[in-house]
Amino acid sequence: MTTKNTLEIKNLYAGIPAKKIIKNFSLKVNSGEIHVIMGRNGCGKSTLLNVLMGHPKYKTEKGSVLLNKKNILKLSTNEKACEGLFMSFQHPIEIPGVPLTTFLRTAKNTITKKHSSPSDFLKEIKSYAKLLKMTDAEIERSINHGLSGGEKKKSEILQMAILKPKFALLDEIDSGLDIDALKAVASTIKEIFKKTKMGLLIITHYQRILNYITPDFVHIMDDGKIIKSGKETLAHELEKHGYDKYISKK
Amino acid sequence: MTVSRHTKRLINTTFGDYKFGFKSAVNNYFVSHKHLDDTLVKEISDQKKEPSWMTDFRLKSLDIFNRKSLPAWGGNLSRINFNTLHYYIKPQDSTKTVWNKVDPNIKEAFDTLGIREAEKEFLGGLGAQFDSEVVYKSVQDALKEKGVIFDSTDNALREHPEFFKEYFGKIVPANDNKFAALNSAVWSGGTFIYVPKGVHIDLPLQSYFRMNTENMGQFERTLIIADEGSSVHYIEGCTAPIYSSNSLHAAVVEIVAKKNAKVKYTTLQDWAHNIYNLVTKRAFVYENGEMIWVDCNMGSQLTMKYPAIYLLGEGAKGEVHSLAVASKNQHQDAGAKIIHGAPNTSSLVSSKSISKEGGRSSYRGLVKVNKGAKNIKSKISCDALILDDISRSDTYPLMKIDEENVLVAHEAKVSKIGEEELFYLMSRGISEQEASSMIVNGFAEPIIKHLPMEYAIELNRLLELEMTGAVG
Repeated sequence: MTTKNTLEIKNLYAGIPAKKIIKNFSLKVNSGEIHVIMGRNGCGKSTLLNVLMGHPKYKTEKGSVLLNKKNILKLSTNEKACEGLFMSFQHPIEIPGVPLTTFLRTAKNTITKKHSSPSDFLKEIKSYAKLLKMTDAEIERSINHGLSGGEKKKSEILQMAILKPKFALLDEIDSGLDIDALKAVASTIKEIFKKTKMGLLIITHYQRILNYITPDFVHIMDDGKIIKSGKETLAHELEKHGYDKYISKK
Repeated sequence: MTVSRHTKRLINTTFGDYKFGFKSAVNNYFVSHKHLDDTLVKEISDQKKEPSWMTDFRLKSLDIFNRKSLPAWGGNLSRINFNTLHYYIKPQDSTKTVWNKVDPNIKEAFDTLGIREAEKEFLGGLGAQFDSEVVYKSVQDALKEKGVIFDSTDNALREHPEFFKEYFGKIVPANDNKFAALNSAVWSGGTFIYVPKGVHIDLPLQSYFRMNTENMGQFERTLIIADEGSSVHYIEGCTAPIYSSNSLHAAVVEIVAKKNAKVKYTTLQDWAHNIYNLVTKRAFVYENGEMIWVDCNMGSQLTMKYPAIYLLGEGAKGEVHSLAVASKNQHQDAGAKIIHGAPNTSSLVSSKSISKEGGRSSYRGLVKVNKGAKNIKSKISCDALILDDISRSDTYPLMKIDEENVLVAHEAKVSKIGEEELFYLMSRGISEQEASSMIVNGFAEPIIKHLPMEYAIELNRLLELEMTGAVG
C-alpha cells in the first residue's frame, strides 16, 4: 500500500458536561508511524481515544480531527469506522447471543463495501486466530462472552486484523495479558502494521509492550494535552525517572 | 409465519407497520349474531351436527362463563364487550384436503402469508383455520399409514368420539377460568392430533390461524394426544387484519404426553394490535414423558397466557421457553405454570421479554411442588430487555413448595440496551439501527434456537422489522 494517510488532531477540547478533560490537544499521525502516549491515571488518555471514536458520553467543544484532510469529528461512530478508524477497547464489552464471526463479517462487509463469502471469511479469521493463539472455541462464541480479560484483548486485535483500519487506536492493549499473550498480541499488531502500513496510536502505562513494538514517537500527556514528545528513548527515561521529572507539580 | 422477504415488502408497503394486516373479501356461509346466549350456543352446535353430550357440555360451560367474574389480575379486560362479537363465522362449507378446492380468496390470503410455501418445504402436515373453521387440512400419507390422526377438532369429534369422551375438557376443565369457559361454550375449529404408540413424527405438523372478520371471536380448541413412546412437534402461527375495533382470541389447548412420549408445541404469533389474546394451554405429562412449550408472542393489545405443565408421572420433564415483545399500547402478560405432582420430575422455564415504545411486558409464573413429589429440580430464569425510558417490565413469580428435598432456582434480570453495547458495535462500522437489531436478536437467541431453522430465520426478521424505528 503506497497511499499515505494522515490523521490530524488539531486543538481539540472535549469532556463531559461537568468537566473539561481534553484541553487543546494536537497530534498528527501518518500512516506507517507508531505513536505511543503515556501518562498518569486521569490525564485524559482513554478519554482522548473515546472522543476520537465518538463515544456518546463525551462532548467536543472545539477543534478538529482530520482524516486525510476531511474533518470526521462530527461523523457518527460507525461512519468514522467506515472512514478507516478503529479503536480497541480497554474493557471490551460482552454481547450475549451475537456470534463474533457473524458480527465481524457484517462489519467487514460494511466497511469494505464488498461481500466476502462466509468460507473465505472463515479462512481469514482462522489464520489470524492462529497467529493470536486463539482457539476455535474462542472465536465461535458470542462477542467476548465468557472470555477472560486477556482473551478479550486478543479478540480486539483479531477484529483489527480483519477490519484493517487506516488508523488504529489501542487503549491499554497490553493490560491484563500474560507474557505469552502479550507476545502473541504484539506480534500480530506488528504483522498487520507491516502489511497495511496503518498508523498506530497506542496508549499504555507500561514500557513492556515497547519491548516488542518499537514506537516512532513517544508522547507524555498531562492534564488533557501533550507536554513532551520524543523518540523511543523517552519511554526508557520515563521508566527510569517517573513522571515527576516532566510534570510540574500543581 | 414463513413469509418471503419479497412478500413481506409488498405487504409492508401496502398495509404499513404491521406485516399481516391485509383483509380478505369472503362470502361467508354462516355468520352468528352477536348476542351470547343459549340460542347462539345451540346454533353453533347445530351447525356442526354435534352429539348431544357436546351440546350439553357447551350449555353448561356458558352457564359457568356467566357466573364467573373477569380475572382481577393481569391486564385490563374491562373494555371487552361480550355482546359485540361474532362468535361463529363459517367461511366455507367444509374442510378441504386440497388447496384448489379452498375458496380462492382464502387461498390467496394463505398464499400471501407464505403458508403453502412452508407446507411444501418442511412440514409433515398443515391445517389452516380462517375465522371459525378449518378450511384446509392435509397430512402426509406416510403418517396416515402409521395411524397418525391430524384433523380439525370438529371433524375428529365426529370421527373419533372415543378420544373426546376420555380427554376433552379434562385437562382444561370449563370452570378453570372465565375464558376457558367461554371457549368451551362456543369453541370451533382447532387441531386434533393423535400419535400412536412408538410413532415418531420427524417433520413438524403446523396449523395456521387467521382471523379475518372485524369484531369477531376466534375460539379454536386443540387436543393433542401422544401415546406411549411417541413424539411430535406441533407449530401454530397466528395473524389478523387491522381494524379499528377489537377482536378476541380465546383458545384452549389440551395436551396429553403419555409414558415416554415427547411433545413440543411451538407458537409464533403476531396478532394485529387490536386483538385480545387470552389463551389457556395445559399439558399433562406422565412417566418419563416430556413437554416443551416454545411460545413467541408478538402483537395483540393484551396477551394473557401461561402455558402450563403438570408433571404427573415419575421422571417427567417440562420446559417452557417464551419470548414476548411489547410495543406501543401493548401489554404482554405471559409466563408459565409448572406443577410437580410426582417424584424425580424436573422443569425449566426460560422467559425473555422486550419492551419498547411504552409497551409493558410482565412475567407471571407459578412453580408448585406437591406433597410427596420428592427430589424435584426446577430452574426459572426471566430476562427483560427495555429499550427506552417509557416502557415497562414486571415479574410476578410465585412458588408453592410442599415438600422437602427440592431444588428450585429462580433468577430475574432486567437490562436496557446500553450506549456501551451500541458504541462497541458501531465502532466496527455497524449502523445504530443494525446494532440495536443485533443486540435484540442476540437477547432473544436462547429462545429462538429452539425453533426449526426456517422459523428462526423468520422470527429474526420479524424482530428486525419490529426494531425499525424503535431506537434512535
